[in-house]
Amino acid sequence: MYVAVKGGEAAISAAHDLLARDRRGDTSVAELSVAQIREQLKLAVDRVMTEGSLYDRDLAALAIKQARGDLIEAIFLVRAYRTTLPRFGPSLPVDTGQIQPDRRISAIFKDIPGGQLLGPTFDYTHRLIDFTLAAESEDQEETVLADSPDAPAAEDPPPHILGILSGEGLVEKSEVPAKGDTMEAAPDLTRDPLNFPANRPLRLQNLARGDEGFLLAMGYSTQRGYGRNHPFAGEIRLGKVAVSFVPEELGFPVEIGEVEVTECDMVNQFKGSATQPPQFTRGYGLTFGHCERKAMSMALVDRALRAETYGEASDAPAQDEEFVLSHSDNVQATGFVEHLKLPHYVDFQSELEMVRRMRLKAQENTAEAAE
Amino acid sequence: MGEGGAIPVSQEALSEAQARRQAWMASLAKADFALLDSLWQAVTDKPDYRRVRGPETGTVMVQGRAGGAGEAFNLGEMTLCRCVVDCANGHQGYSYVAGRNKRHAEVAAVLDAMLQDAATHAMIERQVIQPLSQARSQARRQRAAQVDQTRVDFFTMVRGEDNK
Repeated sequence: MYVAVKGGEAAISAAHDLLARDRRGDTSVAELSVAQIREQLKLAVDRVMTEGSLYDRDLAALAIKQARGDLIEAIFLVRAYRTTLPRFGPSLPVDTGQIQPDRRISAIFKDIPGGQLLGPTFDYTHRLIDFTLAAESEDQEETVLADSPDAPAAEDPPPHILGILSGEGLVEKSEVPAKGDTMEAAPDLTRDPLNFPANRPLRLQNLARGDEGFLLAMGYSTQRGYGRNHPFAGEIRLGKVAVSFVPEELGFPVEIGEVEVTECDMVNQFKGSATQPPQFTRGYGLTFGHCERKAMSMALVDRALRAETYGEASDAPAQDEEFVLSHSDNVQATGFVEHLKLPHYVDFQSELEMVRRMRLKAQENTAEAAE
Repeated sequence: MGEGGAIPVSQEALSEAQARRQAWMASLAKADFALLDSLWQAVTDKPDYRRVRGPETGTVMVQGRAGGAGEAFNLGEMTLCRCVVDCANGHQGYSYVAGRNKRHAEVAAVLDAMLQDAATHAMIERQVIQPLSQARSQARRQRAAQVDQTRVDFFTMVRGEDNK
């Protein structure tokens, strides 16, 4: 426990001034603009939006600037800002089948309807430092279609690959609610405390906000044998999807804009049980922006956490719902870890007293025994 | 729609007027603000209006579905601006626009009122909505063409040649 301390205002204020100065760095180097961060550090912005749980590119870019590039600090800033805004309501669930893909790949079928689109990817790069980027050249050529009215009309969005397989019953179906039906609003852990056991919608919300590094490690652990579930990347897609919202006063859905999302459909082997025939099962990942590693990790962990649903042994860390969901949030985690820096003087004094007393007692006992 | 209440899964059948309004509201919301603003500047005979609500910034909780089609879950929020105006033409204009650009929301709300008015509908449709749609489909085509150049067709290497 730490206790309140008084004083130190002058030092704290000076520390914040120094922080501001160091944030700016060498003033002979041009200052970064929020727009530059937004446009050129896109993947950092995307991570801050996903884990900050607020889609707003400019805000995330500003938070990254303010946090000096510390993404968890930036996520914290975005989360704090979010609490100052009123919520107008939930959106209709986005239809990821309508994504006009910027990237869309499958690792399970070579030939898929709509084709494989690599998009803007680091895959197949050689991971060699590109020193030409250090030259700050502005002459990035517009290689394709600067202005081409003849460009082909955008095709219909490609179908979900697992939808094709699930038609044959080989893959678990994801249930489609009947049209015109209503369903209860999804549980929301920004409104209600996390309780166990959680259901899948609550887990998915938690994972979507969860720390990429934590989920990566958890997902990796399932691949190494702690809760192995034989995953394949059924489909990964990246692109923009429309968001609709039903304003109470209008009574019909209106599109408010688009968000870019990354979606990962993982397929996993399942040997079947007494009640279910063998089929492939699924794990799902969805993030704001382009967060592919995160979406894949989320899908692995989502599937691992469904072990009980399939009557599988669930003895690995990634299958332990309470463990995973309680430790996935980096804002919570950093709050508890980093609070150790704050003054614990009184707390430590009492422990010090106690250790002194115990040592004294031990010495007395030794002395008595020697007599 | 109450917080935590039931939410519609699919849209109810809309009247034709509602469907048309839905389409132009979507165009206005998804517009690039710089383009919208320049089109708005060019509109003559702008009506007087009074702000009834906002423009104000808030959020909408974006939902996804497990597996793309299953149970709904909360993915995270997004910022948006909403604005309601009372227009001198007798119509109320509404807007809901992603992001925090209050000016965008206000212009969109006034245009919504002008589009509801038979006297100005055709003019706004021609001077604002059509250019916005064209710009948007042009941008989409361009992007689709860029992405299409990354279309890949991997060859599968035959394994087990030892037997040959």
